[in-house]
Amino acid sequence: MTTRVGVVTFPGSLDDRDAQRAVRLAGAEPVALWHRDKDLHQVDAVVLPGGFSYGDYLRCGAISRFSPVMDTIIEQAKLGMPVLGICNGFQVLCESHLLPGALTRNDSLHFVCRDQKLRIENAGTAWTRDYSAGQEIVVPLKNGEGRFVADEHVLDELEAEGRVIARYLDVNPNGSYRDIAGITNAAGNVVGLMPHPEHAVEPLTGPTTEGLGFFTSVLKQLVNA
Amino acid sequence: MARVVVDVMLKPEILDPQGQAVQRALPRLGFTGIADVRQGKRFELELEGPVDDAALARIREAAETFLANTVIEDFTVRVEEEAK
Repeated sequence: MTTRVGVVTFPGSLDDRDAQRAVRLAGAEPVALWHRDKDLHQVDAVVLPGGFSYGDYLRCGAISRFSPVMDTIIEQAKLGMPVLGICNGFQVLCESHLLPGALTRNDSLHFVCRDQKLRIENAGTAWTRDYSAGQEIVVPLKNGEGRFVADEHVLDELEAEGRVIARYLDVNPNGSYRDIAGITNAAGNVVGLMPHPEHAVEPLTGPTTEGLGFFTSVLKQLVNA
Repeated sequence: MARVVVDVMLKPEILDPQGQAVQRALPRLGFTGIADVRQGKRFELELEGPVDDAALARIREAAETFLANTVIEDFTVRVEEEAK
């Protein structure tokens, strides 16, 4: 049976169709999920896409976190379902307290859009197992509030437990603490990433196809589970 | 109607680039002698009923779970005006 990966559309999501295409190219069946829907339609994993959910009002991701679909996703994530939050999705995961820390305004105050070099630090999560630790990839990055911040002791804990999954190389585009581009929860099923792997899955439209590994990783995870 | 004000500010240890941008612009406009600027948010909540302890407790809960992200922000709650 084909693996079903849900992609949530919130009012203001932008990258939901790109995420669906990435899921399809990876070999799974993308399932569109609606923010008001409590039912996850038997998906095996969920992607929270980039964009400006609820217009980024209040704080990025703060209102989406209380949408009906998130109640179910938070519940399922705690039971081990793989969840990947990209950009705005990362913000939603932090607001949901599925991941620690917060994303704040870029230190430059400017919206940044660039092809970003990353180093995969942890290749053991549900979403990174098709990479190898230390592997360098290039994927697009575009954000205005992408600066990862957390208390010193939280940062130390993330480092000590290997929960920083990707770090910015060459340039830190937004002032993120310790060059952190992505993190995971303790169980390794929930991953938040500020850059956009779903925009680097086809040679025609991306700088590389090196983002596809995130989406193929979760298939392997689910087959082995 | 009673009004309750919730002020939300970034914690002191969190960099506030918006405040810094404002602070850098002030001397250019001739406003000197301002050492630091922090920018926050103010929510004005109009209550339907009386501002009693229960109502204030609910508002504190709303501030803590929704209006502020306590990972990066502090908040204060105060009653601005009593019902006429």
